[in-house]
Amino acid sequence: MIKLNNIHKSYEMGNNSLHVLKGIDLTIEQGDFVSIMGSSGSGKSTLLNILGMLDNYDKGTYHLAGNLIANMSEKKAAQYRNDMVGFVFQSFNLISFKNAMENVALPLYYKGVPRKKRNQIALEYLEKLGLKEWASHMPNEMSGGQKQRVAIARALISQPKIILADEPTGALDTATSYEVMDILKEINEAGITVIIVTHEHDIAAMTRQIIRLKDGQIHEIIRNGELKQFQKEYVKELETV
Amino acid sequence: MFDIDLWREIVSALKKNRLRSFMTAFGVFWGIFMLVVMSGAGKALENGVLDGVRAFATNSAFFWTERTSIPHEGFQRGRRWNYETSDIDYIRENVKEVEYLSPRLFGDNQAGNNTIRGERAGAFNVYGDYPDYFKIDRWTPVKGRLINEIDMIQERKVCNIGERVVEVMFGKDEDPIGQYLKISGVYFQVVGVIHAETRINIGGGKKEETIIMPFSTMRKAYNYGNRVYFFSVTSKPGTKVSDLEEKLKKILKDRHKIAPEDEQAIGSFNIEKEFVKFNALFIGIQVLTWIVGIGTLLAGVIGVSNIMLVIIKERTQEIGIQRAIGATPGTIIKHIVAESVFLTVMAGYIGLSLGVGILEVLNQILLRGGDELFFRNPEINLTMGLSALAVLVVAGIIAGLIPAKRAVSIKPIDAIRDE
Repeated sequence: MIKLNNIHKSYEMGNNSLHVLKGIDLTIEQGDFVSIMGSSGSGKSTLLNILGMLDNYDKGTYHLAGNLIANMSEKKAAQYRNDMVGFVFQSFNLISFKNAMENVALPLYYKGVPRKKRNQIALEYLEKLGLKEWASHMPNEMSGGQKQRVAIARALISQPKIILADEPTGALDTATSYEVMDILKEINEAGITVIIVTHEHDIAAMTRQIIRLKDGQIHEIIRNGELKQFQKEYVKELETV
Repeated sequence: MFDIDLWREIVSALKKNRLRSFMTAFGVFWGIFMLVVMSGAGKALENGVLDGVRAFATNSAFFWTERTSIPHEGFQRGRRWNYETSDIDYIRENVKEVEYLSPRLFGDNQAGNNTIRGERAGAFNVYGDYPDYFKIDRWTPVKGRLINEIDMIQERKVCNIGERVVEVMFGKDEDPIGQYLKISGVYFQVVGVIHAETRINIGGGKKEETIIMPFSTMRKAYNYGNRVYFFSVTSKPGTKVSDLEEKLKKILKDRHKIAPEDEQAIGSFNIEKEFVKFNALFIGIQVLTWIVGIGTLLAGVIGVSNIMLVIIKERTQEIGIQRAIGATPGTIIKHIVAESVFLTVMAGYIGLSLGVGILEVLNQILLRGGDELFFRNPEINLTMGLSALAVLVVAGIIAGLIPAKRAVSIKPIDAIRDE
């Protein structure tokens, strides 16, 4: 599904060049549930941006569903994003002057789906996430968990292959965080690849594969047996909370 | 390519952000409103002044006599003199550039009440004129007729009177036509009530208080001999009246033994010169209106771009989100520009309508003010209004395009992170 080969990325900061990603090799299969961890500055957000085609890379190759993603025009990238990827953000990033239903329907607007139809689809998705009664509410009338669920509905509405979540639980309390993770798990079970960036071990422990970044390189990939160990460690931590 | 969804998006975005929409619109509204009102007011002044002179032959000049200032051919300085009827005949025969020539006599105008009818009496400006006079300074008969050639030839004791004369000398229900007025001791029959089409005034006094009788009758009835106090001429098409004025002055000086260099002895006045002055004045007013108007408009446009920039900054995050969920840069730019154009056009249209409305109200008030106002028919022409609107649309596009381009140049992820 996703195949990264020796990805490099650096940012120009005035006269200095900041080398953020220093050769990332990574393969993520269809249906994986992956978390990317790392301290701040380790390049995890940059990696997510590149995966989501929100940013370019300098060197290497990135194949998404067999297509080479390189030097795309903004327009092409936008279309790819719309077709392939759903985004979930830490601060929800709903459009403040649109109600829940309109927010969810927005990706379909960019696809050119007629208003009635896209609003109807949006309602279906809100129903799936248990927010049907909140369809006409504005974002500022909803709790953090509700907002994030609206954001997830919005990410799902274009039926993407991948959900990219940047600290999806970063602004939520523990209980709500788990609700959101449960939703993401369900989504994953429906066959959608879910990739989340997080720095919370308990959240990462709920995924099926953890990629640890350190200084722009993959430090370790935890899966299967090791993951069990990892999960045990942090589930304990959870129970104490 | 009318995209109802696009318009729904725009209208809802504007509605949900009332204050900023209003502020943006107000800048444009004010700019165009001021432009319309100012140019309308300028036009009104122009109309007011030009209406007063439009009916006046612009190729006309007027001559009267003053005391001489230079001794010449044995005459001392300070001599009083008059034109003579022979001057008129001479000019008619020898100066081919003259179109109309109308000599004038002044009646007994300084002696208090010079006009009597029964119990009624009044002081009016009495003139003896040729019928050609009406071709130079237009009057229209409100009742009856103008003095004509036959009156002249037969030296009829008839007169035309102004509207004020009717008020003073006749009762409300009386018809002045056919009635007699005793003017400086001689009875004249009223054959017409006349209304002045211009407010250019020769000889002083109000035009409504004028009595005009045939030149020939006045000369004979009051014993003026061959004197002529005053005359008006118009030049034939193709001749500049200023040139004609100089030519006639030279002839007259020569005929009356006045020093050629005597600038004082002949008083004269030509409308052409005044018109040039008027025109310069109005061009000045128009230029000023445009400069100030365009300045105001520009300020409005700058205001719009400014607010647009602020808005984009405020919306950076929103734009980032939209792009992350699949909006192409083209869509975003289309939205912002359409929003900006929609706002400017709406605001401009309202400004235009309201400006025109105010001018119309002003016009109604002025119409009640009557003829004396030097300010009438405030109006702006359609071309000007539309071109101002066009400028606004273009400005709206630019005002939207610049910030939109900027907004799109920010990477979506930076935009989303921008808190």
